[in-house]
Formats: sequence, C-alpha cells, structure tokens
Amino acid sequence: MTSTLKDQAVTICRHSDLIPNSGICADVTGQQVALFYLPNESPCVYAIGNWDPIGKANVLSRGIVGDIGGRLIVASPLYKQHFDLVTGECLDNSDISVPVYAVELVADHVLLKQ
Amino acid sequence: MPKVNVIVVGNGMVGHHYVEQLTASAVDAHITVIGGETRPAYDRVHLSEYFAGRAPEDLALTTREHYREIGVDAHFGDMVARIDRDNKKVITENGQEYCYDKLVLATGSYPFVPPVKGNDLPPCVVYRTIDDLGMIQVQANNGKVGVVVGGGLLGLEAANAVQNLGLETHVVEFAPGLMGVQLDAGGSGMLRRKIEALGVKVHTSKATQVIEENSDGEGRVVMRFADGGSLATDMIVFSAGIRPYDQLARDCGLTVGDRGGIEIDYHCKTSDSDIFAIGECALFGGRIYGLVAPGYRMAEAAVSQLGSDKVSFQGADMSTKLKLLGVDVGSIGDAHGKAEGSIAYTFSDERVDVYKRLIVSADGKKLLGAVLVGDCSEYDTLLQYFLNGIDLPADPETLILPTNVGGAPALGAAALPMTATICSCHNVSKGDIVNAMDAGSCSLGEVKSATAASSGCGGCAALLKNIVDDEMAARGLEVNKAMCEHFNYTRQEMFHIIKVETIKSFDELLEKHGTGRGCDICKPTAGSILASLWNDYVLDDKHVGLQDTNDTFLANMQKNGTYSVVPRIAGGEITPDKLIVLGQVAKKYKLYTKITGGQRIDLFGARVQHLPAIWQELIEAGFETGHAYGKALRTVKSCVGSTWCRYGVQDSVAMALYVENRYKGLRSPHKLKSGVSGCTRECAEAQSKDFGIIATENGWNLYVGGNGGMKPRHAELFATDLDDETLIKYIDRFLMFYVRTADRLQRTSVWMGNLEGGLDYLKQVVIEDSLGICDDLESQMNAVVGSYQCEWKTTIENPEKLKRFRQFVNSEAEDRDIIFVEERGQPRPATEEERQQILATPA
Repeated sequence: MTSTLKDQAVTICRHSDLIPNSGICADVTGQQVALFYLPNESPCVYAIGNWDPIGKANVLSRGIVGDIGGRLIVASPLYKQHFDLVTGECLDNSDISVPVYAVELVADHVLLKQ
Repeated sequence: MPKVNVIVVGNGMVGHHYVEQLTASAVDAHITVIGGETRPAYDRVHLSEYFAGRAPEDLALTTREHYREIGVDAHFGDMVARIDRDNKKVITENGQEYCYDKLVLATGSYPFVPPVKGNDLPPCVVYRTIDDLGMIQVQANNGKVGVVVGGGLLGLEAANAVQNLGLETHVVEFAPGLMGVQLDAGGSGMLRRKIEALGVKVHTSKATQVIEENSDGEGRVVMRFADGGSLATDMIVFSAGIRPYDQLARDCGLTVGDRGGIEIDYHCKTSDSDIFAIGECALFGGRIYGLVAPGYRMAEAAVSQLGSDKVSFQGADMSTKLKLLGVDVGSIGDAHGKAEGSIAYTFSDERVDVYKRLIVSADGKKLLGAVLVGDCSEYDTLLQYFLNGIDLPADPETLILPTNVGGAPALGAAALPMTATICSCHNVSKGDIVNAMDAGSCSLGEVKSATAASSGCGGCAALLKNIVDDEMAARGLEVNKAMCEHFNYTRQEMFHIIKVETIKSFDELLEKHGTGRGCDICKPTAGSILASLWNDYVLDDKHVGLQDTNDTFLANMQKNGTYSVVPRIAGGEITPDKLIVLGQVAKKYKLYTKITGGQRIDLFGARVQHLPAIWQELIEAGFETGHAYGKALRTVKSCVGSTWCRYGVQDSVAMALYVENRYKGLRSPHKLKSGVSGCTRECAEAQSKDFGIIATENGWNLYVGGNGGMKPRHAELFATDLDDETLIKYIDRFLMFYVRTADRLQRTSVWMGNLEGGLDYLKQVVIEDSLGICDDLESQMNAVVGSYQCEWKTTIENPEKLKRFRQFVNSEAEDRDIIFVEERGQPRPATEEERQQILATPA
C-alpha cells in the first residue's frame, strides 16, 4: 500500500461504501465530513465539511455534485448554494467557505488526513 | 388607527367593485352594504344571456356567503330611505339605522320611460335587472311580437333579449338612426342593414304619442306614432337611456346636476366630503358615465381616498367595442367628426356589409375618432393610436383598407408609449408589463400571471404577446434557451433527444450532447425525463446522482436536515386501522404530524437513518409512497360524492382513487395536483388543480391549468359531460403532452399560457388529435402506468440501497446538531438561539 497520506491518515471507510457521483457522510472524531466519489475524475474522492454554513444543518453530503465553469462543486440541498469540492469556497458568496480535508482512495481504503 | 365605518349604498357592479377593492386594500374598514335588489351583485353587462340559457347564479359576481366570509355586513332587499348627514347615519325603509364615517352612494340608474300615455299598461316593461327579465319572460309568454323602444346600445341589447325569446322583434327609435351617440350616419345605416338582415324590424324617427289597449286584431296593445302610423304588439320594452338614482342625494341637500346626477370631484367626493358617489348615479364634469369600466375607475379612486396612496378620477374614454345582436360594432373618440377642420376617411363594402371610418386631425397626424361596423379587427390598433396620441402613418387610410389592397399591419409594440393601456379589463399598461419583465418575468405565461393581463376577456392576447416578444428582443434576450452551461437545450429539446435516441443514462446524454460534468440544474431535469420516458427505479446506480436529495432519500428535507414522510392516501380515503398505524409510527419515531391541504398526513422530523424503519412499518400496514418528494403527481383530492352526499351526482371518491392510482409516480416538469368533485358545489376545489374533474348529471367536466400557491389560478373548462373512458383518455393525452413539451419547473398554467393558441390549441391537440400524436401519448402513458413501482418498497427490499440511509458511514451515532423542542405537545426544530443554548448546557 502506497500513500502520500499514509503516515497521518486513517481509513474511514471502504471503496464499496462510496456512491458513484454522489456523497456520503463520515464521523471523524466528532467532525462531520462529506465524502464525494467521482469515478471519472482524478483524484476521484473529495472531502469537505458536512455543515452547510448558510442552511445551518449537516446536509452537504446529500447535495448534487457537478461542475460550474470547470470547478467541481456540490450544491447544497437546502438553498442550492454551490461549494467548491477542492477549496471549500462558496461560489455564490466568496465570504463563506467550508473546511476541506485531504482524502485519498488507496486500493479498497478511503484514507482521510486528520 | 380605528376601523373606519364605511356604508356602501347599492350593490350593482360598481358598488361591488368598490367593496372588492376596499377589502383588498390596506385600509382597515368595516363595510356595510345595503342593496335594494334582493340578490347580491351580478353581471348586468351580460344580462341578455339570461335568455340564451344562463342562470341567474351564473351571472352572479358574488354571494352572501362570500361577503360573510370577508367580513362584509350585507343587507339585501332593503332600500335606504334617507341620509341623516348631521348624525352621519342612514335610515332604511325597513326602519334600520346604520352609522357611517364614510358613505358611498353607488345607487346606479333606472331606465328612462318616455312620458307617454299608456306607458303603465301591463305589457310595458323595462330592461335593467334580473327581476325585469322575469317580467319580460312573463309578458313574452303567449305573445308573438315584442317592441323595444330605444335604438341605442341598451335598446339593441334588449332587442337581442327579445329575439332570444323567439318573438318578432321591432326597434322603435325617436332619432333618425341607431346608436346615434356612438356612430355616424354611415355606420348607423350599415348597422341597420345588418340587424334587419337578422330579422329585426327597425323604425327610426318615430315619436310614440300613445299606447292603447288593443281590442281587435293581433297584439295586446297598439302604439300610435306622431306621423300617423301605428304598431300592434304583445309587449313593449323601454330601453331608451338611463337616469341616475339621485333622489337620496337631493333629499339630503347634496349638489346634483341640472339634468340629474350627483356631482363629484376628482376624488369622487360629493359636496359633503364624507360622502362619495360612484358609477351611473355620479355626475363628473357634467357627464354621466354609462359604462362599467369608468365606474370601476371611480370605485378605485374613491377607495384610494381612504388610504395614503390617493389616485384621482380624471374622466374616462368612452370608446367601446361590442357585439350587438351578433354584429361587431366599435366606436372610438370623436365618432362624428365634430372637431374643427377634422378630416374623415370612409371605407364601405356593401357586399360583406362592412363600414369603417376614421376621423383625423386637420394636419393629418392624429387620430381623433373612428367608427367600425361589421368588422372590428382594427379596433385595438386604432384605440392605441387614439389613446396615446401616436403619430399616424402618412396614409392613414391604410389603417382601414383591406390588407389585400395595401392595408397597414397592426401597430408595432415598440411604438406604444409606456402609459398605453394594453389590458383594459385589468387596467394593465405597457409600463406594468415592462416592470414585470424587469422584475424577472421572462415569458408570456409569467407576464400573464404577474400582471393578470389578458386574463379577462382575452382581447389583448395578441398585443400582449407582441409586447413581450418585442421587449425580449430589446433586452438582447434572444431568449437564451440553454438550460445551464452543460446543455444548450431547453427541457423540451432534451426530452426529444432522449426519446428519439433512446438515451438511457445521464452519462450517455452528456457525452453525446453536453459539456462538462453536469450540475444541480441539468441533472435533476435529465433524471425526471429519463423517469418519464423509461420509468426506471430512480435510485438505480446510474440515476442516483441525478436526484435532488428529496428524490434520493424519498422524503422531503426540512430546514434542519431531517425529513418529512408522506404516505399516499389516495383520494383522501383512509381506514381507521391505517390512521392508527400512522399515529403509532409518529409516536414511536417522535414525529410531528400535520394534515396537509391535499388530504394526507405529513410526518415531520424523521432522521435519515430512521427512514427505512419508518417505511418498513408503513408498508407492512399497506401504505405506499406518496411521491411528496418528487416532481410528480401528488394528490387527487375528493369529496365524498354520491355515496354519502345528498347533492352528489357521481361517485367522486371512486374516480379520485382511480385517477390517483393511475398517475401516481408519473414524473413531470413540476408537481401535479388534481381534484374530483361529486357535483357543481365543488367541495374538492378541483378548479384550483392542474387537472380538475367535476361531476355532472351526464358524466364529468374536465378543467385544466389551475393551481394554488403564490399565484393562484383557476383551471379552465376543457371538455364537458365526458364518460369515464373519454375522461381518462383526455387526461392521459393532456398530461403526457405537458410532460413532453413543458419547460423545467413550469406548472401547467404557465405552460398553457405559453402555448401559442392557448386553450383552443390544446383542445385541438388533445381532443381532435390535430398533431396526430394522441396514440403515441396514450401508449407512453400506458407504459408508465404499467411499470409503476413503489420506490420505498423497492428500496427496503434492497440492502445495498439501504446503506445510503445512514447518518455516518463509519458510526452509529446520531447527528447531534439536530435538536427538537416541544411545542403544543409535539416536537419542532429548535431555533438557532435555542440550539446554541442547549448545546452550551452540559449534559
């Protein structure tokens, strides 16, 4: 197993837990993390905070993913603001952002840096 | 501010309009209505339709119940006997007294009966109220001949009524021509030719001297004229003009005109500033306005005086367009060419009996007036030239010449000033339309619902469309039809692509016809189309990423990230056992319960990880999904119908169950609702639905294109007295045509508004199969119906899919940010403040 995150990372779930072109949520020591699996992209997994700072609920993992102007995004299922999966920035309001986490799919393991 | 006490005397069309405007305004008023007739306001303009089969209730503009509901204290069949201005009260003939802060006289007018000996004989009647129509009917019974005295607008309306009763109809006019006020001699002559061709006998320049009982020969009475002639008849209807009901005002010392009418100022105030007069009893600038539209404008001006945003009544244009005895007649402005130096252009064609005349200013630049008989197609354009002072083309005659000899096309929308009135029924100007488009309405349908333009008589539909198209072009909105940056297509185009190429997945669609990766606009749209066409399970691997969260979790996300659950209760019918199960499930999972407007029960506050267990229990009890989360058929509301109700004429519950079970799960551009009422009392409110069904003695009436919500709209009558089979066939076609051609998130009403040709076109497509697609529409619907599955049943039977219904992929913990508090014995989401407090409190 080779990984750039290997030393600091933990396995939070298996490849088979991921849902293609959609999101799931993981509990990482009390933090809710939204994990997105985009099999046609490289890299193919992305992790951001699950808390929607505008809708004020833990829902981002349940949004629709896609791209806006080439930037990979998830649309909040509450009020439809778009968050960049790579930077965490809110495209509709640049003052707002969500945390992003380093994540990697290595063999069957989804590794997240804490 | 305390409530202002307003008394409205008279409940005709204008008095009623005043009440409607006042209740809709911000003024806090207590309204008392005193109406002399025994029935609430009705449509006097269409009175003659009474004899063409319209019942009095069809003419009604309101009901006692409605007034009660909106808090109006209404008394009918009692007249105000006097006004006590010193004590600010009115006293009725029945001895009732009512105090006012503001008094509104909307007493209207009465028919003028020429002072001729014998005018009080039994066959002599007037034409003004529904009760008068009853009298006319009585006199017409066993009679053969009817005479109308008066050849003006009202007289010809009355002649229409007499002819509808099957009597030999005569019109006797004192003046040399018909409609002398509105038409010049040429137009009047043409109108005479046309109505004589319809069998009405016209006698002009006839002064009646006496009416006598007829002792011999045909006819109950005989009219003797000044020129020595006579006319025997069974009935005489006086309809020779109106006189204002101003006696109340005279008696209490208000200023009235020399020839009658209560004098009012720009604010519609009489000489007593606490008393207003509006409509045909009022005299403004020396003139009585005998049309309903100016009366409405007076009512609006009078209402505005009680609020902060005051508008004034500045007089009104008396131009009219109407159908008299089936003949189109139009009159604009100075029809007689009285203005000094004015020039007239006349076109007359006696082969087809058409007469047109323009009156133009001396310099040839402005339109001063016009007369149209037999063909009113240029009326709208000419009226715009007249009202807005638009410069005429160099050859004004082209405006009335037939187009085959070089007549001018209709006035371009861009040429109209912002003040131009486009829809006179709802008083919508071009400026209002442009403002609506500035505020975001960007299609014909949206403009219609934002401004109400073209929702009255519909006469302005073509002009409205021109303005909307023109404005779109002016904004450079070559109407960018692209759905989003990934697809350069409308929903309709995407539908066709998917259907024609039998595309089965979003990836395939994107690869062949799109760019990028898709987004929250195009993905759900494609998901909906794929479901409409192929009806695959929406959580299938290749579709799951396309669905909005509500579709993904088959429930409706609420503000705190929990979901609500709505099982289907078809037609609103539910057994006691099922009700008990709903209660038990709600109790077990601590759900807030509420009855919905669609006769179902909504269970709120379900955590995502509880959804499968909740549904397991519901499905075991026989429930299935209600699709409340989808853009799909929601509910079919019903009344109990003929099974229980004393008035029901058909089994509305059985029909609602059938309809709901047939179309449940049909994915569509927007949500769909329906209703079935068992009789015309319409308890299921079917006319507020996308498609509504109302029972008749002979079957079902189908209505389409209604909705509630932010911009409520009544559905329009689509077809009548259908048998069960035809009804379902039409609904199949209607729904599938909508699914195929509507835009994303476009409800049926807006979709219909945007269809060129509107309701008539839709009828051609669905009823007459003008496009030859009905077989296809039906077979596609049958395929969808045949492949129905309860998505929840499929989901709980599939462990792989159930994995998704977890809060965390890696723990069994709950979402600690979801916090409920109790209110009225049920849970509700904590407010942000409450949540912070609770989180800060150590456990």
